[in-house]
Amino acid sequence: MKAPKRKIKPEKRTKPKLAVIKFTSCDGCQLSLLDAEDALLDVADAVEIAYFVEARDRRLPGPYDVTLVEGSISMPEHIEQIQEIREQSKFLIAIGACATAGGIQALRNWRNVDDFVRMVYAHPEYIDTLETSTPISEYVQVDFELRGCPINKHQLLDVVTSLLIGKQPRTPTYSVCMECKRRGTPCVMVSKGVPCLGPVTQAGCNAICPSVNRGCFGCYGPMEAPNTESLGQHLLDIGAAPGEVVRLFRNFSGYAEDFRLASDAFEEMMA
Amino acid sequence: MTTLRIDVPYMARVEGEGALNIIVEDGEIKHLELNIFEPPRFFEAFLRGRHFMEAPDITARICGICPVAYQMSSSHAIEKILGVQISPEIRALRRLLYCAEWIESHALHIYLLHAPDFLGYESAISMAADPALRPAVEMGLRMKKIGNDLLALIGGREIHPLSPTVGGFYRAPTRKELLALKPELEWGLEASIKTVAWTATLDFPDFEPDYELVSLRHPDEYPMNEGRVVSNLGLDIPMEAFEEHFIDDHVPHSNAVHVYHRDHGSYLTGPLARLNLNLDKLTPLAKQALEETGHQFPSRNPFKSIVARAVEVVLAYEEALRIIDAYVRPEPSRIEAEPRAGWGCHITEAPRGMLYHRYELDDQGLILSCRIDAPTAQNLKRMEDDLWAFVPQVLALPHDEATLRCEQLVRNYDPCISCATHFLKLNVVEK
Repeated sequence: MKAPKRKIKPEKRTKPKLAVIKFTSCDGCQLSLLDAEDALLDVADAVEIAYFVEARDRRLPGPYDVTLVEGSISMPEHIEQIQEIREQSKFLIAIGACATAGGIQALRNWRNVDDFVRMVYAHPEYIDTLETSTPISEYVQVDFELRGCPINKHQLLDVVTSLLIGKQPRTPTYSVCMECKRRGTPCVMVSKGVPCLGPVTQAGCNAICPSVNRGCFGCYGPMEAPNTESLGQHLLDIGAAPGEVVRLFRNFSGYAEDFRLASDAFEEMMA
Repeated sequence: MTTLRIDVPYMARVEGEGALNIIVEDGEIKHLELNIFEPPRFFEAFLRGRHFMEAPDITARICGICPVAYQMSSSHAIEKILGVQISPEIRALRRLLYCAEWIESHALHIYLLHAPDFLGYESAISMAADPALRPAVEMGLRMKKIGNDLLALIGGREIHPLSPTVGGFYRAPTRKELLALKPELEWGLEASIKTVAWTATLDFPDFEPDYELVSLRHPDEYPMNEGRVVSNLGLDIPMEAFEEHFIDDHVPHSNAVHVYHRDHGSYLTGPLARLNLNLDKLTPLAKQALEETGHQFPSRNPFKSIVARAVEVVLAYEEALRIIDAYVRPEPSRIEAEPRAGWGCHITEAPRGMLYHRYELDDQGLILSCRIDAPTAQNLKRMEDDLWAFVPQVLALPHDEATLRCEQLVRNYDPCISCATHFLKLNVVEK
């Protein structure tokens, strides 16, 4: 998580300008803003929603005080576009697993993208795409990252509110395990032997998966300094197949460095 | 020579990235294209080698607005391969979950994305700034929130729920948890009936193209998770025959792969088609609300999709309340499935129409291949055909208004471009 470099000071007369930008994604993270039904109109009163194509026709030019960027960089034209957006943004927040780790579509990064194109399209020659799907931070400086597939709308509102009052936004960097303890959810790995990425995954979702009797699949990406090797070994010890361990790490945030190295290491072990 | 260009480089109030380009010379359409520049993500490719239990989680990520649809179609298709029989209690809970998604998705479209077209606003945000309209926007947001609350209770969260899976649910809610939502659902039912009445007062352009309407049809209920594929032109086939009748076409001059019916070309799927083909399956209050509009259904006017959507919200609230009243917590919440090789397909009714999934598994339970036909991919050809028929009607209008009318026509379909894009040939359009 990078520390924010710039701060937004609330101005007296004009409302801060918010932009919502989409790259390669499912729209779910920007939808989180529309899903904050109780707060949406308050947000619209407090900030100028200057650019949000999914929600409105009107588009105001930059610069923007806060820019939320959803999606990964996967097309040739994206590179120039994200640089321009960076220039137009005082405070740029990457939202969601696509923008912070390349998303599920980053699975292509382990394969030959031309093979993928041929599998899906009848006329592969028309498809012009980058070899990789990568996070926003691969190309420009990002001021803050909100993790998750999708992001948690309460975290999103917290971050936007923090910026409005001139406070540095914060999100937890500890693991999902802490949230299970706080909720009083019995450990699914200890009590049921269910493979779980909770011990190495960043908190923020309120440990929903274990609360419904399933293991965490790491959609918030790696926590700070995760011990993926030890966890992966433990998953093998409790009976997970090596392929399962690889797939678990190589998931919605699988291209985040710690998870990437882990899935590569366990894949090598299988070979 | 007079030339009219309708050029919308990045269409607002739709899910995903699309553009509209029309050139008319001397009253004749020379070029008409619905461009999709949404980047491809190759789901069918990277699903290969993944385990069947991951399919509902991964395919949900095709769409942030209708993830439940992907979880339903994939789970059913895989259950057919593995020979899993779900219990009546799980079946009822799935229908309840689908009701929740129809409510949140339809309320979003009616109030936040589509209503501004009819009322002359650029967005619901601007509508809400008008004191006369703010209550309507607030009502729409509350209706949507109730759907999302129900979805989050059953699914674990609103977007990309994590409890639904192959064989059922990782956790089923308790009866008490569901009953707690009843007062809000009852409010929502009332609000949805008012919504139908309100949509009926909108101004609809006179436009009734000759459609083939296609949807599921079930003998006992309004279709969501099960049924046969039927059309107003006499089609009546099992889901397994979908690929024989509906073809992916890669047209050279077009930027999109269009799904079309082998016998009749483009077709319409979604709320208007479902309603027209299942009028006799409406729940009592939904039926009454529709009758009181005074609008004649079946109707082939795509602008009236907003009425169909509103009627389906009434139905979804009514069904949700009925299911909750009769709810028995499934025990177990999930039927365990053992891997075995085979192939299976299934269609469910996503908010935007039929969603087809087909999988082939190996004996370890890993996916060998799959095909996914999203509703918007099926509707794209119909949208273009609609535009061909509609553009001559708007030529006399001022340019801005003509453009807006064409955009509105596309928004009638509630297009979900992220969904459609793993099929579409990409054409880069400058933003």
